[in-house]
Amino acid sequence: MHDLAPTAARLRTTVIRMSHEKHCPHLGSALSCLDILTALYGSVLRIDPNQPDDPDRDRFILSKGHAAPALYATLNHFGFFGDDVLARFNEDGAELAEQPSPGCVPGMEAATGSLGHGLPIGLGLALAAKIQKRDYKVFVCLSDGECNEGSVWEAAMAAPSMAGAWGRGLDNLCAIVDYNKLQATGRSDEILNLPDLANKWRAFGWDTVEFSGHDLDQLVAAFTDFRDRPRSGKPMAVIAHTVKGKGVSFMEDDNNWHYRIPKAEEVEAARVELGIDA
Amino acid sequence: MRNAFRDAVYELAQRDERVVLLSADIGNRMFDQFKAEFPDRFYNVGVAEQNMIGTAAGLAMAGLRPYCYTIANFTTYRVIEQIRVDLCYHHQPVVVAGVGGGLSYATLGSTHHSCEDIGMLRSLPGMDVLCPGDPPEVTACVRLASQRDDGPTYIRLGKKGEPAIHAEPPSLSRGTWPRLVAADSPEVTILSCGNVLPIAVDTQARLNDAGVPTQLRSCVSVKPLDAEALREAFESSRLVVTLEEHSVLTGFGGAVAEWVVDQPAPPNAPLLRLGTPDAFLHRTGSQDYARSVCGLSADAVVKRVRAALAEQEARA
Repeated sequence: MHDLAPTAARLRTTVIRMSHEKHCPHLGSALSCLDILTALYGSVLRIDPNQPDDPDRDRFILSKGHAAPALYATLNHFGFFGDDVLARFNEDGAELAEQPSPGCVPGMEAATGSLGHGLPIGLGLALAAKIQKRDYKVFVCLSDGECNEGSVWEAAMAAPSMAGAWGRGLDNLCAIVDYNKLQATGRSDEILNLPDLANKWRAFGWDTVEFSGHDLDQLVAAFTDFRDRPRSGKPMAVIAHTVKGKGVSFMEDDNNWHYRIPKAEEVEAARVELGIDA
Repeated sequence: MRNAFRDAVYELAQRDERVVLLSADIGNRMFDQFKAEFPDRFYNVGVAEQNMIGTAAGLAMAGLRPYCYTIANFTTYRVIEQIRVDLCYHHQPVVVAGVGGGLSYATLGSTHHSCEDIGMLRSLPGMDVLCPGDPPEVTACVRLASQRDDGPTYIRLGKKGEPAIHAEPPSLSRGTWPRLVAADSPEVTILSCGNVLPIAVDTQARLNDAGVPTQLRSCVSVKPLDAEALREAFESSRLVVTLEEHSVLTGFGGAVAEWVVDQPAPPNAPLLRLGTPDAFLHRTGSQDYARSVCGLSADAVVKRVRAALAEQEARA
């Protein structure tokens, strides 16, 4: 496996620059999930950027749509659309908004931003694969704050129990919780606590693993194992322990970066810390 | 209407393997035949309507044609944001069917009435709203909705056992209303919307018998409206009446009122909008009882139409 760490560092600098230049908030949330996206698009997902509508492609939905700049930078890096489109991000009349609109660029599976929508849609895509006898896999990345939404748990109940002539349980669906323990206005455990989050998913019938969401090797190994495993009858949940603002010391675990926009000197300091050439 | 919906979707599923039926834990035994024949294409998603709509969106994105079925209040109010974002915003060809529209389930209380659903759904970009008035119209509406590729359709059903007014499913194209009873130089045009149709038929007959020539249309499509039929109604009649088991705010009558004020030359004929009041019902009773409380029994409707005509004459 080639080393994805430099790619993740480069994407972090891109996202930080996008936030600064286009006054886009939710930077901490974007940095939090960037390793997950890098692992998926760098080594796991079978999607040809030149055939983004192939019915047999794997699907990825960023259900925490407020982290969209991370997905835009990733899709751009892996060749889904050009630098010109990324450069227009968040400008009047541009394709790319702070949260994605449907089909705004090739590779964008769903418009998200309103929390709690991605997993039910992903469940529908996974069920369609069973009905149509296709072997693609569906990955959905949620935030822990998003797990406040009841619709997440409706889908969590449904995925293991969906049944047809094809069998029982959507074992082609993987939910990834970007578990950074912060939400918009504070510590998640002080707002709507999610004690024992992994066991919640387990109790709902999901095959659940739990590890650092910044360990690229472990992410790739877990996703690849999921993608290649024979029928298990169970969907998989990855509880990815993450740090909001990951990669930049003065942003890490500081919830001001849910809304703060970095100044030019902060963009520069972050670039130096991430070891990316100017 | 309920059974007509079941039969129409079953018939579609036989011809089109993309048809998938989702039910939120209602219709006990109703879909047994569908389940037996298409075990991969029926899913009882449980009492979890938000997930049902999201799932339908995902199925449609993969090329399938989902039909979502539960009681009208749950398949609309409960999930209005899922319908807006997952279906409308994404232009997905999903049919959302609500059984028990209006006051059909009157005895279950106001939690199970749906007298605001038409207004909510017709305000959503890209949503078509169909309100069949009898079982053959249900069949026609399901067939019409199945032809749509670029967005969702809401079909508002009554309950089971409504009389068939049409002998056969009328042939419908998008945004057209069948004319049920024509009249030469009508004084009144009744525009009936949805499950109140038997009241409209009764009203039309009584007015006609009383020497007030009255024509009747069943306005199955609230969105889009049939502009040609509206023009004809307002040009030919002294009075146009909208009738629906839905609030007078935002419903079919509201849509017609918007159309009227948007005309470059305002029509001469006044519009009388009859529907449910801007209030919940707190006392129980049958659908007939609820209709009479809301002034929607045939007796009350005839009286209100005649009063409007009399007022018009007094002013002239």
